[in-house]
Amino acid sequence: MLIFNQLQTYLYLAILLFAIGVYGVLARRSLIGILISVELILNAASINFMAFNRFLAPHPAVGQVITLFIMAVAAAEAAIALSIIVAVYRRLKSINIELATELRG
Amino acid sequence: MNFIAYLLSPAGLASGAFLLVVAIMVVGALIAVAARNIFHNVLGLAMSLFGVAGLFLFLNSPFVALMEILIYVGAICIAICFAIMLSQPLYLPPPPRNPLKVLGALAGAGLIFAFLGLLTKRTTWAPAAERSTDWSITTLGHYLLTNYVLIFEVISLLLLVAMLGAVVTARGGRGSS
Repeated sequence: MLIFNQLQTYLYLAILLFAIGVYGVLARRSLIGILISVELILNAASINFMAFNRFLAPHPAVGQVITLFIMAVAAAEAAIALSIIVAVYRRLKSINIELATELRG
Repeated sequence: MNFIAYLLSPAGLASGAFLLVVAIMVVGALIAVAARNIFHNVLGLAMSLFGVAGLFLFLNSPFVALMEILIYVGAICIAICFAIMLSQPLYLPPPPRNPLKVLGALAGAGLIFAFLGLLTKRTTWAPAAERSTDWSITTLGHYLLTNYVLIFEVISLLLLVAMLGAVVTARGGRGSS
């Protein structure tokens, strides 16, 4: 059995990418760093969909369609997040999230 | 000798290419979260996304692989580069890392990795009883314009709203410019 013809290989790779992304979200303090980590997490989800699509799903078009939708939503999310980052930088002169505490009581 | 013969056979070449793609993906992801310079992070993200596109090629979907490169590497990474240029100057030194926070993040990510890995190991995955073998892009296009046409339109509306929202947010809101 070849290594790239097994479902488990892709699932483990997706888990690894997801864990790296979660580490980035928890450890980074720059807003752009957090956005980059979120993109990694979304890609892990895409890999999962494509792997199930390749090995288990009844029709191979479904997983590809879902992956394309994930990409479109990620593009929208990146556009919004980047505009928020620019707005936050204009207000605070920094994109460190530990300085963004204006709502603290 | 036997090993070299295997390495040059089609299966061996495919396995080598797969390992290369996986290495590109993992190393890129590590650069994307671990490097100090924010610009290196974006380059690592682009490298990792190229690796993911390679995985999609191995999963029989060249169209989605090309879309991955086009949308993620071509659009999102470039947009992040613009945001970097518009925000924090690169010559400022990054703030020192808090080792406690890094350790906590490592522990959290490791826990999630262990949990999901065990879950994957314990589960038996059953393929669908009847599986179609129609992988053509034509079928994909038909699906997008018949079964999934509503989601397709809603996605385009979402992109329009996101674009307008991004313009309004980045300009500083109504009446303040």
